[in-house]
Amino acid sequence: MSANDQSQCKSLLVFLSDFVDGTLSEELCQEIKCHTAECEHCRIVVDTLRKTISLYHECADEPVEISGELRSHLFKTLNLDDYMQP
Amino acid sequence: MSESKADISIEALRLGDRREFARLVDVYSGPLFRLALKMLGNAPDAEDALQNTFIKAFQHVDKFEGRSSLSTWLYRIASNEALMLLRKRRPETNFSDVTPEVEDDQNLDPVQFTDWCCLPEEEYLSAEGRIAMDRAVEHLPETLRIVFVLRDLEDLSIQETSQVLGLSETAVKTRLLRARLRLREELSSYYGDRLNRRSKE
Repeated sequence: MSANDQSQCKSLLVFLSDFVDGTLSEELCQEIKCHTAECEHCRIVVDTLRKTISLYHECADEPVEISGELRSHLFKTLNLDDYMQP
Repeated sequence: MSESKADISIEALRLGDRREFARLVDVYSGPLFRLALKMLGNAPDAEDALQNTFIKAFQHVDKFEGRSSLSTWLYRIASNEALMLLRKRRPETNFSDVTPEVEDDQNLDPVQFTDWCCLPEEEYLSAEGRIAMDRAVEHLPETLRIVFVLRDLEDLSIQETSQVLGLSETAVKTRLLRARLRLREELSSYYGDRLNRRSKE
């Protein structure tokens, strides 16, 4: 990476979230793709950022349910026990 | 609990229909509890935040004007409850425990350059991997953590996240980027280490 490259790395960093989400303009996407083809550090940052987000999304896709104990407590505190479905 | 968020009748809630309140609790308990847990880091506090969220929702539903969706409104109450509990906790926190909430962009610069994307799939979401992921979220300053939790864990849009937090969409995007880059650094450290250990085995 030359000094010039580093300033480009820095200027492209702010677009990476949109790039990974697919919400960045085509022009900037091309710029990032051209840059990461040449800059190994930035390629790694983009790939591992994408992986980081996808791992959290994968965890978040798992269903979340509260425990039966907490549910009973909640219904009781909110005075809704009569309407608690099994 | 197969009912969906869209099935809840706001009109019935406004009229004080307790059966509908019970359905609301069942539909939203899971996601709101997760939000509180990720923000507060422990179950007892998250349970308190969840309970207070529903109490406030029931108290104020007659004032709900429908300018945002019911879901956004509930996330706003839950986020405020979690942030309030965090702030109450602060006087007891040691100074060294407080994560500095630096807003300067220099902090964005990546320092970890290990490519850990080639690890075997079972490494990523192992029990140990999940602990590392949770810890990384806990290490985020709360202003970044709440944005990350709403957007990336609860799957709210940028617009919905901005409505929940009363921030501009630009501010939400900036904080999301900062949160994601910090998480990447921490996961790079953990999974990079896993990669090294595997190569030595």
